[in-house]
Amino acid sequence: MTAIRRGRVERFGSVLRYVLLIAGAVLFLTPFYLLVRNALSSDADITSPHWKPLPSHLRWSNLRQLFDDESVPMWHSLVNSLVVAVSQTAGTIVLAALAGYGLARIPFRYANVVFGAVVATLLIPASVTFVPSFIVVSSLGWLNTLRGLIVPGVFQAFACFLFRQYFLGFPTEIEDAARIDGLGYWGTFWRIVVPNSKAILAAVGTLTFIGSWNAFLWPLIIAQDPDSWTVQLSLSTFITAQTINLHELFAAALVSILPLVVVFLFLQRFIVQGVERTGING
Amino acid sequence: MTPVRPLRRRLAGPQNRNLWFWAFVGPFLAGLIVFVYVPIGWSVYLSFFESYNTVSPTKFVGFGNYADLFRDDAFTSSLRTFLLFALFIVPVTFAASLLLAVLVNRARWGKAFFRSVYFVPTACSYVVAALVWKLSIFSGVRFGVANQLLGNVGQSPIAWLSVTHPPWYWLVIVTLRLWLQVGFYMILFLAGLQRIAPALYEAAAVDGARPGWQTFRYITFPQLRGTSAAVLALLLINAFQAFDEFYNLLSSSSGYPPYARPPLVYLYYVALGQQQDLGHGSAGAVILAGIIAIFTLLQGRFVGFGEESARDRRKARRAAGAAA
Repeated sequence: MTAIRRGRVERFGSVLRYVLLIAGAVLFLTPFYLLVRNALSSDADITSPHWKPLPSHLRWSNLRQLFDDESVPMWHSLVNSLVVAVSQTAGTIVLAALAGYGLARIPFRYANVVFGAVVATLLIPASVTFVPSFIVVSSLGWLNTLRGLIVPGVFQAFACFLFRQYFLGFPTEIEDAARIDGLGYWGTFWRIVVPNSKAILAAVGTLTFIGSWNAFLWPLIIAQDPDSWTVQLSLSTFITAQTINLHELFAAALVSILPLVVVFLFLQRFIVQGVERTGING
Repeated sequence: MTPVRPLRRRLAGPQNRNLWFWAFVGPFLAGLIVFVYVPIGWSVYLSFFESYNTVSPTKFVGFGNYADLFRDDAFTSSLRTFLLFALFIVPVTFAASLLLAVLVNRARWGKAFFRSVYFVPTACSYVVAALVWKLSIFSGVRFGVANQLLGNVGQSPIAWLSVTHPPWYWLVIVTLRLWLQVGFYMILFLAGLQRIAPALYEAAAVDGARPGWQTFRYITFPQLRGTSAAVLALLLINAFQAFDEFYNLLSSSSGYPPYARPPLVYLYYVALGQQQDLGHGSAGAVILAGIIAIFTLLQGRFVGFGEESARDRRKARRAAGAAA
């Protein structure tokens, strides 16, 4: 009897679970749907008091119009965003992986002191110290330059910390074998360790790229001149000043997230694996 | 008696190890010094000066800037805004991400699909989300999606972002952040769930625990203690740094409204507004950095920076599972 009741309860539970999962999925996809819908609508369809799930006809020409509009620096800011995100990701990975490896593997008397100095900066996230960083970057004369957008963000203590933890768990036997075969630290790192650490490199890379592409506060401070705007800054200016058509605004937003969402869907498994393996928590 | 080694050799270390150490770590450390340590030091220095529009001030004011800030209603109210924001967003995100993780974890089909759907907003920027929230979902005019729905049930439209009584803007701000960040914390919880030894559930079933609430209450939730503490701390620290959605939802060409200013928005307008008041701005940065350092230290106490302890615990658990 209890077995039957338990079976029924379980089936009810499983139905309820899927109802919740599907309802949640619909809610979570709604913003994306609205973005696409409005990006392909005319302004009249967006602001019509009789709201329809789909516009009267899909206007793919909105996208072309966006890039043809001289008053909207869309191409320029997309290129800026791409340059910033790619160089920041590459820089972060190379610098943090090198430092993490050095801290994990090369015996040095004061390595703990150095590691302490790295970890100490984790106490204060970069966004809280934007005033001090602005002061330094402006006295370097780097305001309104891509340099100013890229370089200060390349030294990520958290990435270094993650790499060090990961390399500490890297099997020493493989490195010892490489050492016997005559490779030094440099050779071992690039030819043995890096090719065997693709998953964590991809995880840190994906997160860095997303963070960099989506960054807003730092570009807002540094890039005051439209020539150095990233795509987030252009979008934000359009939102707050409301100087362009609604459909162009939504089309611009769609263009700005499309590449990222596609890349993310392919690379998310590395983040999931990374979280599972390094276990940022017990 | 050992011969005195030349200084150069001593600095280089055995097999040039010291040199190699600096080749690997040096560039990173140098950058950290220039772009983290120097700014903070400079900022502490500036916070003791009156400094409008300049980074080399001359008028020393001691703790005057700090005293001004604590007397400034706008500053203390920004701290209250943060507290209120955290009070909404932290528990709601925590509960929602845990619920989604449990649901996704137990899904028999479509697991990868649902995980992706909830995780993908992580790739979206706060600016784009703010655009959709402000100009589509919670647009204050009749064609806004929320107001359309209200209209369908005979309610009059609400100006979501500009009414302060009742403060509907909180609904807009909190739902936006919830949508954007819940997937990431769900992933953390999913990883935590996967680390729970199945033997525990088997043992509980033998002891007569019913699946569902009882197992969750007595096995799952206690086993997630480490993950839960980490998620709570991260949520709090991230809430403290909120800026993007506030700025993009609320500011307009006529400026930022006097309400709903979290600490970073306050600081932005002080330090980089019309006056470029870097003295008060630096003092504010120092205070906020101090507050967040305390949060982070507390987090370190709960969670532990060292992975070793976590790994040991996991190992112990696995051993216990094997024995059972």
